[in-house]
Amino acid sequence: MNAKGKVFRYGDNVDTDVIIPARYLNTSDPLELAEHCMEDIDKEFVNNVHKGDIIVADDNFGCGSSREHAPIAIKASGVSCVIANSFARIFYRNAINIGLPILECPEAVNTIESGDEVEVDFDSGKITDVTKNQTFQGQAFPEFMQELISAGGLVNYINKTL
Amino acid sequence: MGMTMTQKILAAHAGVDSVKAGDLIMADLDMVLGNDITSPVAINVLKKIKRDEVFDKNKVALVPDHFAPNKDIKAAEQCKQVRCFACDQDITNYFEIGEMGVEHALLPEKGLVVAGNLVIGADSHTCTYGALGAFSTGVGSTDMAVGMATGKAWFKVPSAIQFNLTGAFKPGVSGKDLILHIIGMIGVDGALYKSMEFVGDGVASLTMDDRFTVSNMAIEAGGKNGIFPVDDQTIAYMKEHSDKAYTVYEADDDASYDQVIDINLSDLKPTVAFPHLPENTKTVDAIKEPVKIDQVVIGSCTNGRFSDFKKAHDVLKGKHVAKGVRLIIIPATQQIYLDCMEAGFLKDFIESGGTVSTPTCGPCLGGHMGILAAGERCVSTTNRNFVGRMGHVDSEVYLANPEVAAASAILGRIAAPDEV
Ligand code: SF4
Repeated sequence: MNAKGKVFRYGDNVDTDVIIPARYLNTSDPLELAEHCMEDIDKEFVNNVHKGDIIVADDNFGCGSSREHAPIAIKASGVSCVIANSFARIFYRNAINIGLPILECPEAVNTIESGDEVEVDFDSGKITDVTKNQTFQGQAFPEFMQELISAGGLVNYINKTL
Repeated sequence: MGMTMTQKILAAHAGVDSVKAGDLIMADLDMVLGNDITSPVAINVLKKIKRDEVFDKNKVALVPDHFAPNKDIKAAEQCKQVRCFACDQDITNYFEIGEMGVEHALLPEKGLVVAGNLVIGADSHTCTYGALGAFSTGVGSTDMAVGMATGKAWFKVPSAIQFNLTGAFKPGVSGKDLILHIIGMIGVDGALYKSMEFVGDGVASLTMDDRFTVSNMAIEAGGKNGIFPVDDQTIAYMKEHSDKAYTVYEADDDASYDQVIDINLSDLKPTVAFPHLPENTKTVDAIKEPVKIDQVVIGSCTNGRFSDFKKAHDVLKGKHVAKGVRLIIIPATQQIYLDCMEAGFLKDFIESGGTVSTPTCGPCLGGHMGILAAGERCVSTTNRNFVGRMGHVDSEVYLANPEVAAASAILGRIAAPDEV
């Protein structure tokens, strides 16, 4: 599986309150949530994001609440992948559970800038900055998580065992 | 190699003799929790699971607390969905208005979690129950759905940081100051993917409420859980609140830790976290420029228990809040509300110019009952001060203990209790 798109670049500790503010949590409709994705950190995000685009951030992406609405909003906004130095743990498992690909790769994060065209190969974890013509090796998932991702998320995985 | 306390609980629930950091396990759950925001998503996910009913109606807890009492029509629909589900599935531990409270204050009070349990909750502050010597951690709605259907969840076994506590708090210093101090020291991702295990002679001097506050904010340091050893106080608390059987787990002597941090409790001072991260801490005595405020909130799963209101009451009694400052008091559960009423606190709070709310998360997450306008500042006993957490993106939240919050309400600026 591959992803290719333009990069939206953010810093440290992008928390779930800015990914999807609580004032919009009176719905769980993915498209409605997507309309407010990143609103409190980047008002223009929803106007500029296109299907396949990629979010790149520094440390501790997704810290804060356990709201699955955060990865759901990101996925529903069209984002194909999030690359960061590290992810907050609840966001990490939520993303895997709902099938939003995420990758940890400090080298890539160091180099990639906002607006760069980036391509990601999920099977190998290879990240290519097409604009800068550089490639990086993202951390591959442990086998169990690869199974979850290839099943399309936790629900499909569990259904196979029931 | 020896195991940490957390690893022992995980191994027992995975049905294996031992685990080590990094292992991926499937573990049995003793309780699965959700609220009015996360449960609707989980209920929709559950419909997609082949077994679309709960594995054990006694091991699911549903607590509408975030936007309850219903703040608007959409919130009402979400609460209704949870209520109908609880009714359909005959969930024992569903708490309607009138018996509810903020989930992480409610579950221990109702005796639903005891030492040795493994609990997941679709709410990040589920880590609160580590105070009881349980392993509990926040997850998302998909984990909650799968947990409800199968009674299991997957975990990556965490490594741990050990916090070795010695000494005892000085007056006016409590659990909130300890955890803010720790987060200020290690940062909001200082314990990422890790357990925070609290040990040492100093533990005995922490009340159960102190421990709940400390474990509650483990997630604010990125921690997977924050756990205390089981001692006489824990056992007394469990005997008072629960008839469930408990199991005491202890870390092995040769357990390994990524880091050991020594903290002398008597060195700590009242501490405040400045916007917009819980790691931006300063001791109150180090604040040089006066920080004028518009609102004070005393409540939440962090500091909304009886002892918190007693501390606030000690500072507020006979005094009045500053003109133009809104003081909002929110007892975390109906029982705490009743206890505060019987102790006469509520009358005194109102006479001091405060307002008392029914139990709810309310303003803590910018839901309702005290939202901030642009440019406004709030001192709050809650646990998060992210951008826009309590309302407008240009508002500010300062996290503090109940005495500092009360003193700040009186003086209209961030203040220590000995200033009033
Ligand atoms: S009081 Fe605040 S932190 Fe606690 S559960 Fe409610 S919203 Fe979350």
